[in-house]
Parts: sequence; structure tokens; C-alpha cells
Amino acid sequence: MGTWTWFHRFGSPPWVYGFAARWAPWFGVAAVLCMLIALYGGLVLAPPDYQQKDAFRIVYIHAPVASMSMAVYATMAIAAAVGLIWRMKVAHAAAAACAPIGAWFTVATLATGMLWGKPMWGAYWVWDPRLTSELVLLFLYFGYMGLRAGIEDPQKADKASAVLAIVGAVNIPIIKYSVNWWNSLHQPATRLIGEADMDWSMVWPLLLMLAAFFLYFAWILLIRLRAELLRRERNASWIREVVA
Amino acid sequence: MLKVAGLHLWRGERHVLRGVSFAATPGQCVLLTGKNGAGKTTLLRAVAGLLDPEQGEVSWRGTAARKSRDEFHAELAYLGHDAPLKGDLSGRENLRYSIGIRRTVTAPEIHAALERTGAQAFADRPVRTLSAGQRRRVALAGVLLTGTVLWLLDEPTTNLDSDGKRLVASLIEAQLAGGGIVVAAVHQDLELGSGHVVNLELGAA
Amino acid sequence: MKTGPLEAARLVMVRDLRLAFRKPSQLLQPLMFFMIVATLFPLTLTPELSRLRDAAPGVLWVGALLSSLLALEFLFRDDAQDGTLEQFALSGQSLTWMLFAKTCVHWLLTGLPLALSAPLAAVGLGVPAEAMWSVVAALALGGFALSLIGAISAGLTLGARRGGVLLSLLTLPLAVPILVFGADATQRAITGGEFAPPMYLLGAIAVLGVTLAPLAAAAAVRIGLE
Repeated sequence: MGTWTWFHRFGSPPWVYGFAARWAPWFGVAAVLCMLIALYGGLVLAPPDYQQKDAFRIVYIHAPVASMSMAVYATMAIAAAVGLIWRMKVAHAAAAACAPIGAWFTVATLATGMLWGKPMWGAYWVWDPRLTSELVLLFLYFGYMGLRAGIEDPQKADKASAVLAIVGAVNIPIIKYSVNWWNSLHQPATRLIGEADMDWSMVWPLLLMLAAFFLYFAWILLIRLRAELLRRERNASWIREVVA
Repeated sequence: MLKVAGLHLWRGERHVLRGVSFAATPGQCVLLTGKNGAGKTTLLRAVAGLLDPEQGEVSWRGTAARKSRDEFHAELAYLGHDAPLKGDLSGRENLRYSIGIRRTVTAPEIHAALERTGAQAFADRPVRTLSAGQRRRVALAGVLLTGTVLWLLDEPTTNLDSDGKRLVASLIEAQLAGGGIVVAAVHQDLELGSGHVVNLELGAA
Repeated sequence: MKTGPLEAARLVMVRDLRLAFRKPSQLLQPLMFFMIVATLFPLTLTPELSRLRDAAPGVLWVGALLSSLLALEFLFRDDAQDGTLEQFALSGQSLTWMLFAKTCVHWLLTGLPLALSAPLAAVGLGVPAEAMWSVVAALALGGFALSLIGAISAGLTLGARRGGVLLSLLTLPLAVPILVFGADATQRAITGGEFAPPMYLLGAIAVLGVTLAPLAAAAAVRIGLE
């Protein structure tokens, strides 16, 4: 069973539909488990930050969702590229399914950032480079979803938004660099998270939380992908067999 | 020389082209007939490479058109429903640019082509002041000027009077006589005197 | 004999320039818009030149960006509507190359005039005379990069509903680096700081744009023509 067979399997809507149905619940269970353990580790076991006391604990949500907002965009761009190059409907469906998830992760990053900003800086919003980049990322997500919504023909919408996703992915590092440049011009360091050495007891809950969110992403993606495939293929014959 | 095999194409939900196949050799004309919405324009655009079929292949001189797209395009002239002319330029200026992008073309050549399609009289007025029929004559001069082997024409006689329809027929006949290939979507039957004509009706079944 | 790519690009550019000069009033519109936007800021902030000077980079660049967005709508729209864009895609010439030629003309007709007329707006924002050339240079270079990026969004929104708004929504996030470096360059020009570093970065973005943006624009246009 070579890798190519696997690849072609992923191109078949009925196969992916079945795969998603079978595996999604497992991802969900694993995600919840990891999240519970990580939260216990972060909120209960880990010591409070000597500067920020307990307000610091919001980092256990803020940092992982920030990473996820980027990871989901990368996934979306890769799926879009696969769909464009190998002309796979499933890849396009996956990219479409990723977008709202990524947008929510970005909103969560901004929200947790704002919740943290208040006790830390006394203001709900600070032009911290990470938050500013996340804001621009949110606009990128909105642009992607807006383009999809604005084009009537579904195949054209798939292909055009794929080009946009790839262009966006190339631009993200440049945008982040420019935002960091801008930030360094005006204030020495308005960073919410100090990348200072963190004790292992603080690090492992962070990593576990990140893993938990990855699993959560996989879970929600598989559910959305099924719905997306159902909608796209509703006139195909295999749907009738599955739904019956 | 032109081969279309098993073309399937969906536009949104509609399965517009269902396994269309045909072949054409130099001197042949393929006439596409069928009701509105049967897929004539879609087929022409798919052959031209403007649309990507989900299944099937278009091959030109034995190789897949998709692989050598620019070379394929250099050998074909496509005329859609609307005459591709810029309204603020004159017919002559339009041709100088649109054909000039493809091949070096001289003023006498442009003059001769416009003469042939009866557009010489109004070739120096801005295109937006011309009637639809006049624009079509200018556009037909453009097709002539490309000097390509393959012509893809979508309802070439639109907006033309009976003189104009005869003009189109004679242009196609001359093209076929010179070893060219014409694929044309037509509503009413085009009266072609000579030349091998293949009829392909779309939308039946 | 098949036309060479340089000659084809020349013809594309001459045609677009010819067309633009047949409707000269349209050329002035983006400039007028820029001037109006620049006037709105003193009206809404303060007439004090010393305070306006602080805001000058932002006002100039946001104004330039908004005018460019307006002008970008027209980059491909007319050609898409009358079928000439389609003929480009069928001409046997590299669509990437021809769209790059069109984008260059677009910059010559909008970005460059905007940069050259910026001193008029800048004077009203308290920008010192010594800084003017640098202001023009930064806006010219940034405007070029903006036209390149904008060509991608213009191609993507060719058949979309409410294409104008969508074009702006797509272009703005991608334009952030240009804005950041351009405004920084303008700021340094005004305060007399090191002008070169942000200009180099702006130049790097422009170079990246020249190599990649027309490719993406051509892909977008072909998709839009389907």
C-alpha cells in the first residue's frame, strides 16, 4: 500500500466522509482529555507568575490559540494548494472548512489578549505586535471568507480563494516582520508574554494545551468537512447510499 | 489535428458537457447546434482552454492542449458573443494592437482585411459609435488577420444582415479551402457551399 | 511572424496609455480624491502645522492607499467587460508578462502622479521643504508595490459580487508591510533620520512583488475568465 494509494484515497469524497465519521469522536475525546489535564496543570499545579500573579494564567489559553490561528491558516493554504495543483475537490472542501475555525481561533486570541491586557496594562487593547498581527490575520480570514461568499460559481470560488490563501500565506511572515519593525520603532517592548525562561511546571501545561487545541481543531475540522462534503456532493449517488 | 475526447464539464451543479467527443482535420468544419443552454459556448471555451474540463482531453497536433497552452493559442483565433474591441479606439487601432500582440502585422494587411469584411468604410471611427453589426465586421477582420489554422467561432453571424451572413460563410469556406479548421456554434444552419462539414448537436439526450 | 514579448508588452502599454488619455478627466479623479482626504485631516484634527507634522506620514499613506484602491477597480474591469482581457489570455503571449505591463501603466497613471503631487498635500501637513523629494520617492516606490499587490486582488474579484468593497478588504491586509515601511521612511524624511533602511525594505517588497505578484494575478485572471 504505497503513499500514492493513501493520497488518492484522500481525494475520494466518500472515503473521506467515512474516515471523518469514524475518527472525529476519537479526536474529540482526546482533545477534551488533554485540555482537562492541561488546565489542571496550568490553573492549579503551576505556580503564579511572580510579577503578574494569577493574571498570567490566561497565557495557557492565549498562547496556544494564537499558535493555532496561524497553524490553521497554514493548513488552509496547504489544502488550497493541493486542491489547485491536483484538482481535488476534497482539498478545496477542507480549505473551506478550515477558515471559520481559524477565524474563531484568531478572535479567541484577541479576546484573551484583551482580557489579559486589562490587569496587565490597565487597558483593554494595546498595540502589542502579536495582537496587531493577529488583527491583520483576522482580516485575512475575513477576506478569504468574503471572497468565497462573493463568487457564485462554486468551482471558481474554490480556485480563486485557493490563490488568495496561498498569497496570504506567503505574505504572513512579511506582515509579521513589518509589524515587529513598526513596534520596535515606537516602544522598546510592549510584549504581553515575556519570552523569559519559564519553569518546566509552566511549560508542560502550555505544550499539552497546544496539543489539546490541535486535537480540537482536527475534531471540528472533520465534522465541518463532513458537512461541507454533504453539501457539495448532495446530488451524487454515493450520498444516497450513505444517508439511507 | 484537433481532437476532443470524452469532455465532461460541470458549471456549478449542471452537468453541461456529457462526454463530448469529436475530431477535425484540415479542411473540416464542425458546426455545433443545439438549443440555448445546450453547451455550445461552454464547449467552444473548453476547446479554447478558457474552461477546465473535469474529465476528458483536448489535443492539438497530437499533444494535449493543456500542456502546450501558449503554442496552442498562437494557432487559434477565438471569437465570442461580443466583439472584443475597445470602445474608445477606432477599429483600425483596435486591430493594430490586438493582432500586433500576436504577430507582426502591417497597415496594408489591416486595410486588406477590413476591406474583405466590408468594414473599411467605418474603420477609423471610435468603435462605440458603431452598430453591433459593424462591430462584428471589424471583429471578423480581426479573425482573418490572425492567420491561424484553427478558428473557434461562437455564433459568428449574430447582428449581421443577409449580406453579412453570406460574408461569414465565404470567410469560412476560404479558411477551409486553405487547410484551416473551423469549429462554429450556430443557431440557424450556416449555408456552406464547399468543404467537409460535420454537424454536432449538443444537449440531445 | 510571432510578436516578441517586449514588443507585445510595448503594444499593451501604448494601448492602455492611449485609452487613458482619451478620457483625461478620469486620470485626475484619484488625485482629487487624495487631495480631499488630505484636507479632511486638518479639518478633523487641528490646524496646527506642528501637530499635523506628526500625523503627516499616516495621512499621506492612508490617503495614497485609499486612492489606489479606487483606481485599482479599473485595472482589469473594462478589459474584462469588453472581452479584451479574454483575448490576452488567448493570445499565445505570457499572460503574466502582459498583466505586469498593464500594472506598470496603472502605476504610471495613478501611483506616480500621486507621488509627484504629494508635496501639495504635504505642505498643508507641515512637512518641511527639505523632506519633499524623499516623500515623493517613498510614495512612488510604495505606490508601485501597491499596484502590484492590488493587481492580484483585482484579478481575484473580477467576477465577484460587490467586487469593489471586496477588493479593498483583500488588499488592505496585504498592504500592511508597504504602509509600515513607507510611513516609516516618510517619518524619517520629515525628522531627518536614516532614510535608507525602510526604503531598502520597501524596495525588497517591490522586487518580491515584481517576481511573484503578476504570476498570482495571471492565475487569478484565468480563474476569473472561466
